[in-house]
Order: sequence, then structure tokens, then C-alpha cells
Amino acid sequence: MTPPLEPEDEAYRPRLIRSYTLTAGRTATNVDLAMEATLRLQAGAEAPVLTPSAAQVLEVCDRRSVAEVSALTKMPIGVTRVLLGDLIEQGLVRIQATINDKTSTDERLELIERTLRGLRNY
Amino acid sequence: MDFETTKAQRAAASTKIVIAGGFGVGKSTLVGAVSEIDPLRTEALVTNESEGVDDLAAVPTKATTTVAMDFGRLTLAEDLVLYLFGTPGQRRFWFMWDDLCRGAIGAIVLVDVARLDESFSPLDYFESKGIPFIVAVNEFDGVPRYPVEEIAAALALPAEVPIISLDARDREQAKGALVKITEYSLMRLRESLTANAN
Repeated sequence: MTPPLEPEDEAYRPRLIRSYTLTAGRTATNVDLAMEATLRLQAGAEAPVLTPSAAQVLEVCDRRSVAEVSALTKMPIGVTRVLLGDLIEQGLVRIQATINDKTSTDERLELIERTLRGLRNY
Repeated sequence: MDFETTKAQRAAASTKIVIAGGFGVGKSTLVGAVSEIDPLRTEALVTNESEGVDDLAAVPTKATTTVAMDFGRLTLAEDLVLYLFGTPGQRRFWFMWDDLCRGAIGAIVLVDVARLDESFSPLDYFESKGIPFIVAVNEFDGVPRYPVEEIAAALALPAEVPIISLDARDREQAKGALVKITEYSLMRLRESLTANAN
């Protein structure tokens, strides 16, 4: 079996980038989106007309993380975040909790304990 | 909305552990050994002079490079998914680490005994950021094995940092490393609570 590529193998690839044309040049979003944060389609929300890239993100994002959406749509992580931020602000998608700076110690403990239980039974 | 619903929605649905180490030390191998999916790859854009990621607004056609990150996924419970992120090894991509490590349970630093010096920088990074980490010596076939105590000494590891050896291709051993870092992170958090209470 050939071992998987290390990330670095393809890491350095100079190119002219036009990816941000997908986001009308915007490179940031107001929504805090951790790489591992899970997205959920908002039940009952009716989608307005979306750009093809936004529609593609909406189609794959349910129950997946920000990183997975980026990988599956083959859009860079920053572009994915901008598009997801828009969908969240439009009320089409919501984001499930992760640990961040505002997480209480109790919540942090609870999550690590759940993770440990899960790993032991994995 | 009743209380249970609120609580369930507030509880974290996903978390992550970071896999770090030098080039070719087996990070992707370890991720692939335990992931329930074939590891996926996400890319970030980097301008050539960049310290700031993705800040291309002012210079839309500037030459950029991409940095790739491989990751895997473990569904631990109906309501909990663990992601494993391999860090981009090259030092010039380190600014990505802050993004990857934010909110992580902790990190596993994979070490190749033939190239110990490549582990110094990742170790420094996690120590300086206060992120819990363990060291896992990846025992490639044919590589002489040293006692982990000697490796810990060579790395000048603080005494409390756990060090284990493993074969990154082996699912159970890779899983063992994940259990180890999670236990260590939990212990560190409990210790900090005790220290604050006194």
C-alpha cells in the first residue's frame, strides 16, 4: 500500500489566484467559523437565488464541518468561510457549538470527557 | 424551547486534535490509520510575503501559494465528531497553526528518531501556546529503537509531558495515542481547576 501524501508534498504551488471572485472579492466574514465546526441546514428555511458556488456549499454542508465543505467543494478554506458566513447570516444554515475562547471550563471538561469515552469505545 | 433541547444545542458537536511533526514523519499515515473516511484535503491561500492569511482584498491578482492540510474524521457518538488535523510542516506556514489549534483538545507531536531536530520547533510552539501535547515516536521499520526516556532527554521534554512509541500505520496504536493526549488534556484541565481553587 502506498502511504498517503504528506500535506507538504504539494504545498508549495505558486499560482495566480482568482478564487475570491467567488466571493465578490470579500476575504472575511462576521461569523466565527472554526475548521471543525459542524453545520446544519436550518429547517424550513427557503433558499433565495444563490450564486452557483454558494448553492454548491449549501448542498454539501449539512452535518459536515467547515473543513469538509472546503475539501468537498475544492474551494480554499477562506473562500468557504465567506460563503458559509453568508448562508448563516441569511438564516439558511446554523452552526453547532465548538470550543472557543468563550467556552466555560465546565463545558470544556464535559467535551473532553465525552471525547475520551468515545475514543475508548471507538 | 425546553431545557434539554437548549442544553443539547449548546453542547459541542465536534472537536479536534492536531497532529504535528516534521516533513514525512507519518502525520498523514496516522490520520489515515484511524479516520473513518479517506483523509480529506483542504487548502488555504497564502500570499508570498504573507504573514496574514487570505488577506488578498487589496491585491486580487497577486501571486499566491496554497498550503494543504489533510484531515480525518472519527464519529465518536451520535452527537460528537472528532477531527484530526495534520499541520503543514514547513515553518513558513506556521501562521496557519493558530487557526488549526484554536479550540483543540491538544496535539500529538510525531517524532522520527533519525531527525529529532525537526521536532524542536513544534514542541516550542505548543509549549509557548500552552496547548497540551504528547510526543509519539514513530517507529519505522529498520530504525534502531531507543528507550523513550533517552528520546525525552534528547528533546529536553518537561517531565510531565507523556512520551510513547507507536507504529503510525497501526489503527489500535494510533487510537492509543489519541486516548493518551485526551487523558493528558483532561488531567491538565483538572489540575488547573485545583490550582485555581487553592
